[in-house]
Amino acid sequence: MLAYFVRRLFYMLTTMVFVSLIGFFIINLPPGSYIDVYQAQRQNMGTSTASAELEALTRRYGLDKPVYVQYWKWITGFVQGDFGISFEYNREVKELIWQRLSFTVLIALGTLIFTWIVAIPIGIYAATHQYKIGDNAATFVGMAGLSIPDFMLALVLMVIVQNVFGFSVSGLFSREYIDAPWSLAKIGDLIKHLWVPVLVVGTSGTAGLMRIMRGNLLDILNMQYVQAARARGLSEPLVIIKHAVRNALHPLIMLLGMSLPSIISGSLVVSIVLGLPTTGPLYFAALRNQDMYLAGTFLMFLAGMLVVGNFLADILLALVDPRIRYE
Amino acid sequence: MADNQNTILQVENLHTHFFTESGVIRALRGVDFSVERGKVLGIVGESGCGKSVTAQCIMNMLPGNGRAVEGKISYYPRESIGSQTEKVDITGLPPRGKAMRAIRGNEIAMIFQEPMTSLDPVYTVGSQLMEAITLHQNVTKQQGKEIAVDALAKVNLPEPARIFDAYPHQLSGGQRQRVMIAIALSCNPTLLIADEPTTALDVTTQAQILDLMRALQEETHMSIIFITHDLGVVAEMCDDVAVMYLGKVVEQTTVDAAFHSPQHPYTRALLRSIPRLTDENQTRLDVIKGRVPDPSVVPPGCAFHPRCPEVIPGLCDVHTPEVIKLGGGQEVRCLLYDDKLMAQSPTRTALAESR
Repeated sequence: MLAYFVRRLFYMLTTMVFVSLIGFFIINLPPGSYIDVYQAQRQNMGTSTASAELEALTRRYGLDKPVYVQYWKWITGFVQGDFGISFEYNREVKELIWQRLSFTVLIALGTLIFTWIVAIPIGIYAATHQYKIGDNAATFVGMAGLSIPDFMLALVLMVIVQNVFGFSVSGLFSREYIDAPWSLAKIGDLIKHLWVPVLVVGTSGTAGLMRIMRGNLLDILNMQYVQAARARGLSEPLVIIKHAVRNALHPLIMLLGMSLPSIISGSLVVSIVLGLPTTGPLYFAALRNQDMYLAGTFLMFLAGMLVVGNFLADILLALVDPRIRYE
Repeated sequence: MADNQNTILQVENLHTHFFTESGVIRALRGVDFSVERGKVLGIVGESGCGKSVTAQCIMNMLPGNGRAVEGKISYYPRESIGSQTEKVDITGLPPRGKAMRAIRGNEIAMIFQEPMTSLDPVYTVGSQLMEAITLHQNVTKQQGKEIAVDALAKVNLPEPARIFDAYPHQLSGGQRQRVMIAIALSCNPTLLIADEPTTALDVTTQAQILDLMRALQEETHMSIIFITHDLGVVAEMCDDVAVMYLGKVVEQTTVDAAFHSPQHPYTRALLRSIPRLTDENQTRLDVIKGRVPDPSVVPPGCAFHPRCPEVIPGLCDVHTPEVIKLGGGQEVRCLLYDDKLMAQSPTRTALAESR
């Protein structure tokens, strides 16, 4: 078991190194250096930057040096918590990211919990009542949820809430609370806004997860050990929960590991439509504007989340399945 | 037969249908047989004749789209202190109800065809054994574990305490089938249903498992329904035989009679299709011509008539044979033994006499 851990951990670090290498070089591929863009932008805005400031930046990131030196400077800084600066915002990447990241994680976790709580029981119900009315209804609603685009659902909800309840659900806070200090009222306001993105992003996720759960469980229900458990005289709920569902969870655990990166990158369109202060739109803008350190940081976080997610999933799987544990 | 003190299970006129999208499949079309207390009944027949469905009916755990639409399964439980044994009508019990679950796994246990997949891979052998024991017996955890390890020792598993903590994937096919037998026998059932328990095992292991089952049967005096398509296994294991064809029992008799004086043409054909060591080299093995028809299109009259070597045209494809009792408890469903029908047409009487 320990060897299994260590091996996974080693794979994880190797993957991260490769991701950072490839990612950094791809971000550097477009012609023109960061300093050129920075300078051009400054000139556009009518302010000329002192050449001393530019030189300091060049020295800090080794921008006049070959690309591998730049990479080395960036990555050594990165592991120490210096993510570089964003020329677009002229601020440290660190400062830019944290605030948005916390909101993103809040929305993503809310969505994740919503999805699982809704999808798993429905999936189990649909599988145990295959082709009955409940299953067909769940399938229909699920398919509808899967095929309606996120942004459209978001727009429809915005309009409905605006017209029926008379308040705007765009953003995460009402206007008066955006810059207000944290208080109970502000949290209440947050919750009032939070359910919309959670519902919108969760709907398609729920539909997919439900179908996967249903399919897995149907496979497992045909297994002989389910029959054998029944033949032992176990009650039907016990057979389903203890023997069937437990075995149907494997693919879902893998899925859970894969869904961690979507905490950062997911729900981009919804975030833009709803005007949410999440990382999605920021990442998108960074890629468009060649904001290399900002984009690079996001890339590293995405890869990190994916790798950590897979690592956690592997550990969870080992806990759930003895065949992996004793490999 | 139902009044017979020695009967433990009586199946009468059992019809089981599966309601599928492409129509109703009549898997069982009137199955009759009975199992005697302490005896081993073999149910033989080709694939698709309804052997396993019969077992599922007795356990009252048909798949969702299957239903016993007609007929009765009566179970006569463990002999109580008085001479009166109460009859349980299994077909009348709700499949998921408490009464049925108290019988299932406790008084009637079952082992399956695929030992590789009959154990849940994520639980230890011990935990699955304990599941059955603690469910049906009023024992503490410690006592339960003792019973479990005992049960594992009884099926000749080496180091039963180690096997108790093992996961199914750490055991071989033969070991897993032993574990299944241990689980089935842990609650001392009066009736064991074995659905092709050795089909998936290699011949050596198969012989060991059969020996074990035979020994355990002699020790515990339980009744066994042994479902198989292997007549060699029947000869080795069983006291009585029920031969099934397309959802009906066509012949029920003792194992001796089945091998030495089989009456139904189908039974005879089955016996002819066993390879024999004494056969001369260059002879071809007899086969039954044709194949088992789709259960959704059962031939009229006697269902076996298109494949029967002794078919009488105009009779077998018209009349459905009833159960005819011959001497010595031999029962057969074949028009050749229906004196009344045979007498009606003189030419056929001659044919019957020439037989």
